[in-house]
Amino acid sequence: MSRALPKLSAKTLLSLPPAAYLFLLFALPSLMMLFASFRYPGEYGGLAPWYYLEEGSLSFDLTLENWLRLFESDIYLGLLIKSLFIALLTTAICALMAYPVALTIARARKGRRELLLLLVILPFWSNFLVRIYAWMIIFSPQGAMTIAINELRALFDLAPISLMFSNVAVITCLVYVHLPFMILPLYANLEKHDPRLLDAAQDLGASRSQRFWLITWPQALPGLFAGAVLVFIPSLGIFAIPDLLGGTDGIMIGNVIKQQFVESRDWPFGSVLSLVLTGFTLLLIGLAAHFGRARGSEGKA
Amino acid sequence: MKSEKSLILSKFSASRGNKGVIAAAVLVYLFLYLPLAVVVIFSFNDSRLNAEWVGFTLDWYHKLFNNRDMLQAAGNSVLIACISALMASVLGTLAGMAIHRFRQKWLSALVLGPVAMPDILIGVSLLLMFMLLNVTLGTVSIILAHVSFCIGFVALAVQARMAGMDDSLIEAARDLGASPWQSFRLITLPLLLPGIIAGGLMAFTLSIDDFVITFFTAGVGSSTLPLEIYSMVKIAVTPEVNAVSTLLMLLTLVLILAISRISPQALRN
Repeated sequence: MSRALPKLSAKTLLSLPPAAYLFLLFALPSLMMLFASFRYPGEYGGLAPWYYLEEGSLSFDLTLENWLRLFESDIYLGLLIKSLFIALLTTAICALMAYPVALTIARARKGRRELLLLLVILPFWSNFLVRIYAWMIIFSPQGAMTIAINELRALFDLAPISLMFSNVAVITCLVYVHLPFMILPLYANLEKHDPRLLDAAQDLGASRSQRFWLITWPQALPGLFAGAVLVFIPSLGIFAIPDLLGGTDGIMIGNVIKQQFVESRDWPFGSVLSLVLTGFTLLLIGLAAHFGRARGSEGKA
Repeated sequence: MKSEKSLILSKFSASRGNKGVIAAAVLVYLFLYLPLAVVVIFSFNDSRLNAEWVGFTLDWYHKLFNNRDMLQAAGNSVLIACISALMASVLGTLAGMAIHRFRQKWLSALVLGPVAMPDILIGVSLLLMFMLLNVTLGTVSIILAHVSFCIGFVALAVQARMAGMDDSLIEAARDLGASPWQSFRLITLPLLLPGIIAGGLMAFTLSIDDFVITFFTAGVGSSTLPLEIYSMVKIAVTPEVNAVSTLLMLLTLVLILAISRISPQALRN
């Protein structure tokens, strides 16, 4: 009895403060958002009261209208599909670019490996806005790249184009910002591969592409999937990149969420859109956890 | 004879493939660093346009240090980052220890939730709650928000440190008559310290760099450096932004190099 008591209190002492903090500042706001999605918007922004007391009788004022609005017009669903597509494209480009880097790091000598990894981590930790701003300079109409492309186009009698405020600019910057998220898990995976497997396959006469698709690819899948989730989730919810580089054509679902909360102040509908995004995020995290577990038990067997 | 030739050929193609991989990797590294280099180089350029090199100047830095709004925002950012890092270090250490010792999966999920969710969702849900509870948006609401996403990073750094710790040290201390508090203060805490410091520095870096969550939880008169950069960039691209960006990158560089010295694993989680 006397031994069990201090152990119990240590458990509470350690877990209660962070649990209470995150309940109040993470779980509670999420629950309030869920509730807000069933309420009416207030007259001057915010939320309308959700119950009324009239002549001693209580009446509730909740609605499904906000959720139905999502399906009534093509605009929001269209934008959601576009955002999913852009996030998927970003993930695919990141995977293609990350592979040679991850492979080079995994094959490097131990001392150089640390340096190469640090070089991947550094840009990831530099300020998010600064990284967007860098592309605003590169894509600017006065920038060397735009001028060079348009001179080249002029040779073929093509009209000049603007790189700034386009989906190309948005996707380039999305790839730039999220690339380290793909390189690191892919490297962690490739590092564990046994090079003798490739040597054996080569000695048995497998071609380069056979060696890649039959040996490297199946082994790399868990790392690739982990990286894909880490790139896809933040890309899907992004608002600053389309805001600064996308112009009117380049907006994504994150921009509409920001708009509902900051400009048009329709919180219930903003909450619906946020919850849809939350749903996608949870689905992907769940899939990743399931996939990771399945792979893990496969490895043990 | 023939098979030997094909073996030599395939070895040759393998080394060529290796070179191709390295060349592609070099290009990707250039892609990662060229944009940042452009920002730094143009911060010293004697021209309003970020277009071509005219001449060296420190004017933009001079202007920056005379910009009252920017200095105030910088001071605010540092204050917010210090308090957030301190609070997150305490709460994150407790969480990391609890998760390691008692294998509490629910706590792990709660701690990593704000790290995994897209920033915008954390931002708008906190905005909604603060407004409904009549919390004035300002420095306090920004700190409360920053702590919530920093706890996870400290907890991970502490967990990594605890995993490498020898539990028999604590058992030995207890056998020698140390109280739970003594064994914590004299054994556990000093051993965890590198993890806590690395986590705290990460929290500081994340807080001072955060834009999205700050954007939704800031109020009138509580601007931070990233918010100031955002409003400048929205209006016009000027080399003054390059100057502040360069300084911010330098600060982050120093912090990250320090963290990688103290606890290299902490950065990779």
